[in-house]
Amino acid sequence: MSDMAIQVHRKRGLGQFIQKNWIGIAFQLPWIILFLTFVIVPVVVAFGLSLTDFNMFQPAKFVGLKNYELLIVEDNVFWTAMSNTLAYAVVVGPLGYFLSFFAAWVLNQLKMRNAFALAFYAPSITSSIALSTVWLYFFSSDRYGLINNSLINMGIIDEPILWTQNPNTILPVIIVISVWMSMGTGFLVFLAGLQNVDKSLYEAGAIDGIRSRFQELKYLTLPQMKPQLLFGAITAIIGAFGVFDVAVAVAGIPSPNYAGHTLVAHLYDYAFVRFQMGYASAVAVILFLITFVIGRIVMYALRD
Amino acid sequence: MITGIFKAKKRKRPLTAQRVQTSGSWILVYSLMLLLVCFTALPLIYLVCTAFKPLSELYVFPPQFFVRNPTTKNFSDLLLSLSSSAVPYTRYLFNSVFIALITVVLTIIISSMAAYGFVKHSLPGNKMWFGLVVAALMVSPYVTQIPRYLIVNELKLINSYAALILPVLASAYYFFLVKQFMEQIPNELVEAARIDGSGEMHIFWRIIMPMLTPAWVTMMIFCFVGTWNDFFSPLIYLNDQAMKTLPLALNTISGGGASIGRAGAVSAATLLMTLPTIILFTLSQRKVMQMMVHSGIKG
Repeated sequence: MSDMAIQVHRKRGLGQFIQKNWIGIAFQLPWIILFLTFVIVPVVVAFGLSLTDFNMFQPAKFVGLKNYELLIVEDNVFWTAMSNTLAYAVVVGPLGYFLSFFAAWVLNQLKMRNAFALAFYAPSITSSIALSTVWLYFFSSDRYGLINNSLINMGIIDEPILWTQNPNTILPVIIVISVWMSMGTGFLVFLAGLQNVDKSLYEAGAIDGIRSRFQELKYLTLPQMKPQLLFGAITAIIGAFGVFDVAVAVAGIPSPNYAGHTLVAHLYDYAFVRFQMGYASAVAVILFLITFVIGRIVMYALRD
Repeated sequence: MITGIFKAKKRKRPLTAQRVQTSGSWILVYSLMLLLVCFTALPLIYLVCTAFKPLSELYVFPPQFFVRNPTTKNFSDLLLSLSSSAVPYTRYLFNSVFIALITVVLTIIISSMAAYGFVKHSLPGNKMWFGLVVAALMVSPYVTQIPRYLIVNELKLINSYAALILPVLASAYYFFLVKQFMEQIPNELVEAARIDGSGEMHIFWRIIMPMLTPAWVTMMIFCFVGTWNDFFSPLIYLNDQAMKTLPLALNTISGGGASIGRAGAVSAATLLMTLPTIILFTLSQRKVMQMMVHSGIKG
């Protein structure tokens, strides 16, 4: 509705506004109340809390930017968590994204599309806690572990590798498991989007001199799929920076030498183990800023 | 699967028939796909095999991938031996099923109602409101966890089912999906029903909801998967053992170097935890694909 209409409503007062729109309001009200209470208000409160010292037992005390100062200047574990999360996100985010697009693109040209789709999608809907137990058999640190066993049989290593205890291998193990689970929503969105691209476009393209499938992808398919690519990218970013379950299942909290410590693990540790809600909120705000800024950049890059 | 790929290669593609297929790059593409399928399927196959392995095969050296003498003893172990402990496994199962069911049903109803109101009875300021929803898509759910916890704590809901259900009901994600789909439903349909004298509730339940089937089937899957697998929320909201859900229970019994006696039960529990989501998705795949066509965001 136009600005004029809003002004007219304002003049007549809230009562009339409700009377006129009560059906729309009634249908949306439950969702709006819950959305404000559990999404919008919490985001605002997180910013506020991050400026306080708050342990849930005493009233919150305003401390300005002290939490951020402590985090950035003094908290080495925070920087470990940050570098682990970034390393993880840089690998799993793009790799999962491109793998799922590639898989969707190839599948779209195959028969038995749905059976293949299930094979690719199934890992992402399994519980990361449950499947981590399977992967832990694979990465078991003794000779019984499938990977150690095969590597020893092939003569590549002599001694079993302590996959989930050695700080150098913990993060790579977490990354492998996560890439395995990463063909999530993005994959379905891409597959659906590909099926929906206007077929006549390809006929026109063939006349205009498009020779290979890869050219077709670059000039015809990708530009058509921008909205789906954006949706997939946003879910990938949120997922990549929210790494927690797999890290906990593989290495525990705290992990050896904090090698599997992530931003969310840091947030969890300070908020729900130590109950330093103010400090933990500062971690939450930093997480918010990172995903939000990257989300905005991707949104700009993939705009219509 | 291999035959599937080669059959597909022979398939007639009317649009590309004249196109010279550089066979080298296609062989590369197909081998990559095959590798990917192995990568995604092997752990799942191993999971199924392990759940049916007798104890002797679980600890055989060298380790075996496939099962030789399948048995269902692991499952009966899981249900019997763990039911003698303080909190039986069936209690965790009930908690998980109950929470997932209520969450799914309420999410579908609340999100569909909101999308219907939003699209078909739009209020002034709709555009701004939708901008807020799209912005909320970019907020990691972990950002809101601390204030959510404080709110749930204020409402005295810690250690209740409601603590896991209420905070996740209104998600920007589902609202966005249904809203996209709702826009495909012609306004004339709603108006025609209104002229016929149908009430708003009748229109919503009898006309809109049946047309939204792909949307709510998709919500059902995503929401079930999210709730069923959720590890973080139960971890912070529940400390009463009897209220805990399957992921927590599994993490407890499998973590900390599971005793040899329990390894069979753990593998059975892992399979049981994984099956429902995969079965549900398989059953509803077609509808989900119909829905996801409309999921794009206009940047």
